[in-house]
Amino acid sequence: MAAEAATFSKEKMPAGTLVDIEDLTVHFPVYKGIMRRQVGAVKAVDGVTFDIRRGETLGLVGESGCGKSTTGRALLRLYDLTAGRIRFDDMDIAKLDSGRLRAVRPRMQMIFQDPQASLNPRLTVGSIIAEPLIEHGVLKGDARKARVRELLDAVGLNPDYINRYPHEFSGGQRQRIGIARALALDPQFIVCDEPIAALDVSIQAQVVNLLQELQRKLGLTYLFISHDLSMVRHIATRVAVMYLGKMVELGTVAQLFAKPAHPYTKALLSAVPVPDPKVEANRKRILLTGDIPNAVNPPSGCRFRTRCPWAQEVCATTDPEWRDMGDGRRVACHFAEEIKSKESGVIAN
Amino acid sequence: MWGKPITQVLEVRDLKTVFHTQDGKVHAVNGVSFHVEEGELLAVVGESGSGKSVTMMSLLQLLPMPPAEIEAGQAIFQNRDLVKLSPSEIRDVRGARIGFIFQDPLTSLNPVFTVGFQIMEPLRKHMGMSKSRARQRAAELLDLVGIPAAAERLDDYPHQFSGGMRQRVMIAIALACDPKVLIADEPTTALDVTVQAQILELIRELRQKLGMAIIWVTHDLGVAAGIADRIMVMYGGQVVEQAPIGELFEHPRHPYTQALLESLPGRHQANERLRSISGQPPLLMKDPDFCPFAPRCRHAFDKCRAEDPPLLRVNGSHDVACWLESAHAEAPNGR
Repeated sequence: MAAEAATFSKEKMPAGTLVDIEDLTVHFPVYKGIMRRQVGAVKAVDGVTFDIRRGETLGLVGESGCGKSTTGRALLRLYDLTAGRIRFDDMDIAKLDSGRLRAVRPRMQMIFQDPQASLNPRLTVGSIIAEPLIEHGVLKGDARKARVRELLDAVGLNPDYINRYPHEFSGGQRQRIGIARALALDPQFIVCDEPIAALDVSIQAQVVNLLQELQRKLGLTYLFISHDLSMVRHIATRVAVMYLGKMVELGTVAQLFAKPAHPYTKALLSAVPVPDPKVEANRKRILLTGDIPNAVNPPSGCRFRTRCPWAQEVCATTDPEWRDMGDGRRVACHFAEEIKSKESGVIAN
Repeated sequence: MWGKPITQVLEVRDLKTVFHTQDGKVHAVNGVSFHVEEGELLAVVGESGSGKSVTMMSLLQLLPMPPAEIEAGQAIFQNRDLVKLSPSEIRDVRGARIGFIFQDPLTSLNPVFTVGFQIMEPLRKHMGMSKSRARQRAAELLDLVGIPAAAERLDDYPHQFSGGMRQRVMIAIALACDPKVLIADEPTTALDVTVQAQILELIRELRQKLGMAIIWVTHDLGVAAGIADRIMVMYGGQVVEQAPIGELFEHPRHPYTQALLESLPGRHQANERLRSISGQPPLLMKDPDFCPFAPRCRHAFDKCRAEDPPLLRVNGSHDVACWLESAHAEAPNGR
């Protein structure tokens, strides 16, 4: 491991890469008994390697408990890492102490799922958005106030609402406040953790449009965590799929949706309901049996093998390598080529 | 009344439900009329606050009264008006001839009783089965909803089941007394997509086997497209459009339905702006005296802001409540 770390820091990151994640691992210890002895660990994220390119939106999808939110939070160092390296703009932030990390924080921000829970109900919208500016001592007095008004305007809220409280806003508007707060310090990179999951369909479209507009205007890079595959397909440049703490496939939207190579991606895509009765009536579905196994004690070899319709003996013994398929797509499956060439029961469009 | 087909199992007429709050009356359901036919799956779609859940809860008197009050309307089921039934009479219908599945299986199952006990409860209460007979039937039901080793799992508690399995248990309870109508309120919303796909498949199978009518409340148009025969769109506590599933997706006629379909990402090119519906859903603090969608509607004209359009039949079995459409209307339907 030590030798690897040395070579890693010497090797230059490709110019197009903003965040480079290698072997990211987050385990949450499980304690038991009166002595609070550690009896195991929830392997929430277990050795994940990927990169996020400048100006792109990387969609991160998977079902609940697959580790997508943990990945998003861990790469902002909101959780302590068990292992792994995170390079953000050529800086290894995985090992930074809290003081030096604080200097990097303004450049990476987060938008949370539940705007109701992530906004302090006792603060006015103005104070909520000004908080990062105060915390990092960026602007003072009238300049700060002007910046807050500018941010409100940028997210499509009336700047005169500056003295209102979160409860006076609707869900979609609250999410705009959360976005304004994330933008306050002019970040390069924003982790959007299910930003539209709590919103109604007609409001979701408003927020997604706003995120795309801001990206174009400000040159932002997003990690867009979502379980809504059709929205990810719309907003993302590339998509990563996670299952039980591992990444199983990563490719461009076109690659992944047209010809998924990992059986889990295939099953996931075929499970997404399509708002078209004609398509629904004629679709081939790959129904998975059973449920996601426990992350404390994941299956041996490939983690998906217990539910995989194509599983062979080798899947139980050998964990498939996270490999490049040659066209920039990465996949962790022994039989990816074969599965990719099979006809897919995917979202037809 | 227009000719009433004999296959109609539940008919709701002009239902009005309000909530009395500190800030005044909230008009959650405003004159909703619909019916379900035998063996039919009717999807009810709408955003939060559109009144879809409150409509279903009103039918079975599941709302706390007060603050809720059913101001008007009828719900005819087996020649009786459900809204007028006494608490003990409605209890005989609820869970027996009408089954109900709620959104969150964890909060709707009692954590201190075994799953077996909870399935046996309606069987013993409504069907008067003996304990051993009910237990046998409970095992059959668990097996029917696809829970492996059903008989052995009767003595397990809800927390020992996964989310998808819990929802299967809820379905088993709802089906226990062989209901004529099953009302499912967002039954797959709390589930992951692959588990949702399993439950939807189960419902397709059960419909073929059991043939009951199902009312499926959902906000997901994709889910509705996959399972429904007919679909009803609600907005601001009213039914704005109703049609057979294929017809509605191909020829949506209400501006709200059209906008809703257009706001879905699947119908756009990637990176193209989504067509969003500007503005916010109505607050429903007043009795509606104009079209609830008018403030957000691109086609709204003076009449829309002055008068609430009735639900009218425009074409075959397609009903729309919109002043743009009233010119095409054939005959009044239900209102």
